[in-house]
Amino acid sequence: MNFTKKNHQHFNNRSVVSKTLKLLAVMVLVLTLSAFTINTDGDGYKVGDIATDFSLENIDGNKVSLADYKDAKGFIVIFTCNTCPYAVAYEDRVEALNKKYAGKGYPVIAIMPNNTDVKPGDNMEAMKARAKEKGFTFPYLMDKGQKIYPQYGATKTPHVYILEKTKKGNVVKYIGAIDNNYKDAEAVTETYAEDAVNALLKNKEVKTKETKAIGCSIKV
Amino acid sequence: MKHILFVLLLSILSCKNETSGSETVESKDAVTEKIEEVIDVSDIDFNIYDYDGLEPFINIKDDKVHVVNFWATWCAPCVKELPFFEHINENYKDQNVEVLLVSLDFPKDYEKKLKPFIKIKDLKSEIVALDDTDMNRWVAMVDKDWSGALPATIIYKGDKRQFYEKSFTQEELETELKQFLK
Repeated sequence: MNFTKKNHQHFNNRSVVSKTLKLLAVMVLVLTLSAFTINTDGDGYKVGDIATDFSLENIDGNKVSLADYKDAKGFIVIFTCNTCPYAVAYEDRVEALNKKYAGKGYPVIAIMPNNTDVKPGDNMEAMKARAKEKGFTFPYLMDKGQKIYPQYGATKTPHVYILEKTKKGNVVKYIGAIDNNYKDAEAVTETYAEDAVNALLKNKEVKTKETKAIGCSIKV
Repeated sequence: MKHILFVLLLSILSCKNETSGSETVESKDAVTEKIEEVIDVSDIDFNIYDYDGLEPFINIKDDKVHVVNFWATWCAPCVKELPFFEHINENYKDQNVEVLLVSLDFPKDYEKKLKPFIKIKDLKSEIVALDDTDMNRWVAMVDKDWSGALPATIIYKGDKRQFYEKSFTQEELETELKQFLK
């Protein structure tokens, strides 16, 4: 009788141990997953990561996704807006990038990431007006609900992500600035974004993969 | 007459600030444009540096706590938190705290926007302007974790140093500062 009871207890202990182990395993899994989630939220993409596609409203009212561009070899994704002086300083250069590279398979996809309640000057009407005034030939999309820019890890406008289309998905190849002189396009000595696309078009390694520049914080 | 206009503009500007948060660059530009017509800025002066010129000011080895804020007149969250830095400058002077406001306004705006802004807001903290286009070089030199978004702030004392790529409330800024006052 005693023996059975002991044995029963022992069995109980074992089941407690296995339950605890299971719980621990679940906890570790949850912690690991949440650690990864925090990581993507905080840092966004690094060079080599696969970038998410999206379906965002363009200034012409249509939804635009990267997947729509069947013939593209990649993309020049630029988080930009109407109201940031740095973004404005680069408007003509962004248009020039699209004119130069869309035909070669690297179209510019501009995404406006700001909360338009905070920055009414960046609302859809204002985006349409700006695009018309400047004659933008690239899509100018609204990150409605601000779901896309945090995944990319954009922190400011302008913020460039150059993606290469591969079988695995759109791989991030360059993150940063357009060039090294916001003030004067004539005085530019390093054309970071162009250099990256040129290298990709020649199937070469992008030399300068990341650059930094001052920009306007994305308004949440 | 000039005086009345000045007071009038000041009140317009302060009303705007009370309801700020949703003010647009455009409306602020409109106000600044009006200011430049009436405000005499001949008494406003600041030094302009490239990064190498600025670097000594953000690496002073003494027993003071240095609060360095990177801002610009066109940056709405920067303008919103400026009074908190002014408050620190005013109220923590006797505790060996120094504030430096580093403006990243574009050089073409120094006379028309930055100087009138400094005058109207009556900024008392030390102000310098940073004009250096090679941002890829110096942004990482200010701090390796800085993505380049404004506003940004460094608080340091000797070798103890903390970098913030964020906006502050007055309470948050004082909490951070107090870590350096212990």
